[in-house]
Amino acid sequence: MIAIIDYGAGNIFSVKNALDYLGLENQLTDNKNLIEQADKIILPGVGAFPSAMKMLEQKGLVSVLKTQAKQKPLLGICLGMQMLFSKSYEFEACDGLDLISGVVDKMNKPDFIIPHMGWNKLEIENPCKLLENLGDSPYVYFVHSYEANCEDNKNLCAWVEYGGKVPAMVSDGKFVFGAQFHPEKSGEIGLQILRNFANI
Amino acid sequence: MLAKRIIPCLDVRDGKVVKGVNFKGIREVGDPVACAEEYNKQGADEIVFYDITASHEGRGVMLDVVRETAKRVFVPLTVGGGIKTVDDIRETLRAGADKVSVNSQAVQNPKLIKDGADIFGSQCICVGIDAKKSESGNWTVFINGGRIDMHLDLLDWVKQIEQLGAGEICLNSIDTDGVKGGFDLPMLKAVVNAVTIPVIASGGAGKLEHFAEAFQKTDCSAALAASLFHFKELTVNQVKADCRTKKIIVRS
Repeated sequence: MIAIIDYGAGNIFSVKNALDYLGLENQLTDNKNLIEQADKIILPGVGAFPSAMKMLEQKGLVSVLKTQAKQKPLLGICLGMQMLFSKSYEFEACDGLDLISGVVDKMNKPDFIIPHMGWNKLEIENPCKLLENLGDSPYVYFVHSYEANCEDNKNLCAWVEYGGKVPAMVSDGKFVFGAQFHPEKSGEIGLQILRNFANI
Repeated sequence: MLAKRIIPCLDVRDGKVVKGVNFKGIREVGDPVACAEEYNKQGADEIVFYDITASHEGRGVMLDVVRETAKRVFVPLTVGGGIKTVDDIRETLRAGADKVSVNSQAVQNPKLIKDGADIFGSQCICVGIDAKKSESGNWTVFINGGRIDMHLDLLDWVKQIEQLGAGEICLNSIDTDGVKGGFDLPMLKAVVNAVTIPVIASGGAGKLEHFAEAFQKTDCSAALAASLFHFKELTVNQVKADCRTKKIIVRS
């Protein structure tokens, strides 16, 4: 069972819809026991970093996620990916889950429209299980104004070109994965990424 | 780089897809969920449902359509028509829409754009505009499906929209809509140059090359069409193939 963390933010139903469509058993939950029993965890998210972290804390999920991420696969999506990082500067300095070393900051691209919104093509930096079998034109759907930069380049799995390299997928090389894009909104490619996650 | 988007639009009334020509002579043409699935298969980058239902009951039916589509189609969904309040926006997003498109209501109550953007984020607020060339040579904004001229200058309006926090503009030309002679390039160019947010071209596509032409001659981010795709005169794939041969970046 894949636990989709429900902490009161974001469009979590689209993640659930995609897993249901793929026939993958899943549950929306903020329950510690269920999260501990799950085979895998998805941390979705749309919204602002500090308020999302605060909600995770209020539900007592920060320590649960940090512990579980050492034992089973965890996929953070969009803001959920950014929360995997050490620190964010969205509105105010705020600590993240610190599962991947690096910081989240406003995209600084004077000649480009922010948010970075639409379909962009993944370029592979380091091999990653989630990026297997995507064909030669892996376009995925992005909506974000902040970017998460890894301290160590080995954590960067894929990037897209948008006024420079924008981190698109990260991993700690073990259980932790993050997608800046929305696999649940990225058509067949996105569904394949979710399948890959389920098959780890 | 971001791909240029091709967006099929489905006009929906009481849960059925319909299509009007120049906003008159509406014809019923099918099940919106099945249509959306078909467009998804063809490679649509986004799907727009435009609710032309007048009744309150009809809105509930529309939300059911969105809910069902969101279970089967995994590309962004935009819903427009009849969205009057922040609660309407919330309800529509909760049903599974990724963006809402506000049109007449935004002209009458511009605060709706700001409130929507503040609460849900700019990325989910698209402002739809119906505009027409006036006798004095500028373009003016119309509401109520192109029936009422607000004598509001189009370029003033788009700048105001951007300041209020809209994430995107869907620009429909009343002059070219349904005529199939191509998008309204002068209007499109003027709007794209007036704002920095993405602009979707709407109204007038009648042939394959009209899409590439809009991307080559203006900096619009996306092009939308309804009847052309609906009556299977063209598929999204064909449009993208034509764009690709002209070196326009599109998602394959």
